[in-house]
Amino acid sequence: MTQSPETPDAGEKPDAADAFLSGGSLRHAPGPYFGNYGGRWMPESLIAALDELQDTFDKAKADPEFIAQVAELNRNYSGRPSLLTEAKRFSAHAGGARIFLKREDLNHTGSHKINNVLGQALLAKRMGKTRIIAETGAGQHGVASATAAALLGLECVVYMGAEDTRRQALNVARMELLGATVIPVTAGSQTLKDAINEALRDWVANVHTTHYLLGTAAGAHPFPALVRYFHEVIGDEAREQILAQTGRLPDAVCACIGGGSNAIGIFHGFLDDPSVELYGFEAGGEGVDTDRHAATITLGRPGVLHGARSYLMQDEDGQTIESHSISAGLDYPGVGPEHSYLSDIGRAKYEPVTDSEAMDAFRLLCRTEGIIPAIESSHALAGALRVGKKLTSGKQNPQDVIIVVNLSGRGDKDVATAAEWFDLLDGNSPEAEIGAEGEQL
Amino acid sequence: MNSAAIASKSAAAIEKARSEGRTALIGYLPAGYPDVQGTIDAAVALAENGADVIEIGIPYSDPVMDGQVIQAATVQALENGFRVRQVFDIVAGITSRCEAAVLVMTYWNPVMRMGVDEFSRRLAEAGGAGLITPDLIPDEAAEWFEASDKYGLDRVFLVAPSSTPERMAMTVKASRGFVYAVSIMGVTGARTSVSSAAQQVVEAAHAAGAERVCVGLGVSQAEHVREIGAYAEGAIVGTALVATLGAEGVEAVGKLAAELHSGTTKN
Repeated sequence: MTQSPETPDAGEKPDAADAFLSGGSLRHAPGPYFGNYGGRWMPESLIAALDELQDTFDKAKADPEFIAQVAELNRNYSGRPSLLTEAKRFSAHAGGARIFLKREDLNHTGSHKINNVLGQALLAKRMGKTRIIAETGAGQHGVASATAAALLGLECVVYMGAEDTRRQALNVARMELLGATVIPVTAGSQTLKDAINEALRDWVANVHTTHYLLGTAAGAHPFPALVRYFHEVIGDEAREQILAQTGRLPDAVCACIGGGSNAIGIFHGFLDDPSVELYGFEAGGEGVDTDRHAATITLGRPGVLHGARSYLMQDEDGQTIESHSISAGLDYPGVGPEHSYLSDIGRAKYEPVTDSEAMDAFRLLCRTEGIIPAIESSHALAGALRVGKKLTSGKQNPQDVIIVVNLSGRGDKDVATAAEWFDLLDGNSPEAEIGAEGEQL
Repeated sequence: MNSAAIASKSAAAIEKARSEGRTALIGYLPAGYPDVQGTIDAAVALAENGADVIEIGIPYSDPVMDGQVIQAATVQALENGFRVRQVFDIVAGITSRCEAAVLVMTYWNPVMRMGVDEFSRRLAEAGGAGLITPDLIPDEAAEWFEASDKYGLDRVFLVAPSSTPERMAMTVKASRGFVYAVSIMGVTGARTSVSSAAQQVVEAAHAAGAERVCVGLGVSQAEHVREIGAYAEGAIVGTALVATLGAEGVEAVGKLAAELHSGTTKN
């Protein structure tokens, strides 16, 4: 990506949209740029480490031994392939469209996050690094990182907003049980974005021994392409499974979007199937007409944060605006650059889903399918209900419409939040207090 | 270094120090801390007590290269309602009262948000010398090359102990005014000694053709300035000044600057 300063080319980045529209492939986009998004807006101190990571990743992808190692862990540790389950009773609420759930909730540690942490921890070992650091909001990525570190014998330090460490005390305990050190971040707004800032500060100071195990398909190149790579298995499996179960491709694929790692993973399998509509559902929080949401693509504008140019929730001065969502995993004011690009070229559509819509879908899945979904994934479920009604509208045979939803995680962690939301708790119980704080058990 | 037809204000200030047998002293203060007038007064006190170049930092919500002292100061400035456009008032306020070259240090998103051309035009109009860009590398700086050439502004990029020879050469070539050598793999903050890596970074930058290299991160005492003067053209002090400003006010900042200045005389 080095270029002579004498030959600036900003604004003239190759536009892959043309390639796609003329029949080219959108799959395996290597970065650093996705249209006008991506890149490396990072301190010089970290560029050598990003180059080392890129180099290690390129070699690993071409190494059958690495590929076999990842496949073996996916199969015998994470429990892949994850199932594709038809949600027959839930489908009745989506205009009768057939809805299939990609069951990432059944992976070890309970979400898609394990795919990425195992891959990156293996890369860390290949680079000879002995320590990994990670950021976490509610604790999901922190727990997954601590898991991978324990499995592969790496030291693990997790940065977490101080407020989150208090609210998520049980996830802190989980990480500590797995041998990780959790460092509460008191800087800035003490949220996920500040945990990322603090992890970056640690990385600058300890880059010789340390790999920064970023949890989503965002950040500086090569992270967006690298994190996607380890999640591509979701889309690859889903495509094969839906063909095997229904004999054809789905009409739509739905996923939730925070940073966008689960979504890019499942979208990737269908990017070159123009008949398949791709939908990303952002956290609409209390509504996109309020200032309490995390609808980055819907309402943000391009800027740079944490190393990439992408849509960003920012004020008139370019200061990052704090996001809000009932789902900690979607509560991030940025989004991965490949999503910004897919939105701009119209290949994927991004829409907000409010807390309330997500919680309705959460309860519906519990009661119709016996599956407690993560609140993050419930945004995708709510979106699928919307898409199902739209696509079946006026159709004689609504069951001809097929939708795949990425059920990115299980909802055990969300029980206290849900119990509070649905008023299931005795108001004086300790659980009610925890739920009122947004605790995710 | 690309200096062709553009007269660099920070280069002139550093060369003046060199001609007087001194290491250039560069002092950092965050804009709007404790308030806009306070920043101007503290910067003028710095200049009057021997700083050759003033660096004014724009408070930003996500300052990944800053340690706790500067973070706390910039958070306070933002909580007090600091707006990015006020940095131009601060620069104009300083340049109208003293001779020091005034650079603005900023993370890139606030510049992008205003528009690189617009930001550059207003900075030049305020009498600013240019920008120090901690999270903008030359690889991503096409718009900034264009605007800085158009408005005659310095572009101070950072080099680090981890910079490869290729990146060092590319960054030196892209810079105008001086090259900012990061002394240590870390963030801003006072340290008891200057890292031994600093000299190697400076030597590599000189070898790549840099005429002026200034060392920042961890520089807080006159002794550090003296040490750096043996191999670099300038020393950059930030955290120590910010801490002093916060604890003791403008006068104490002037006193610390005078103390630091005592370390600038080259033997």
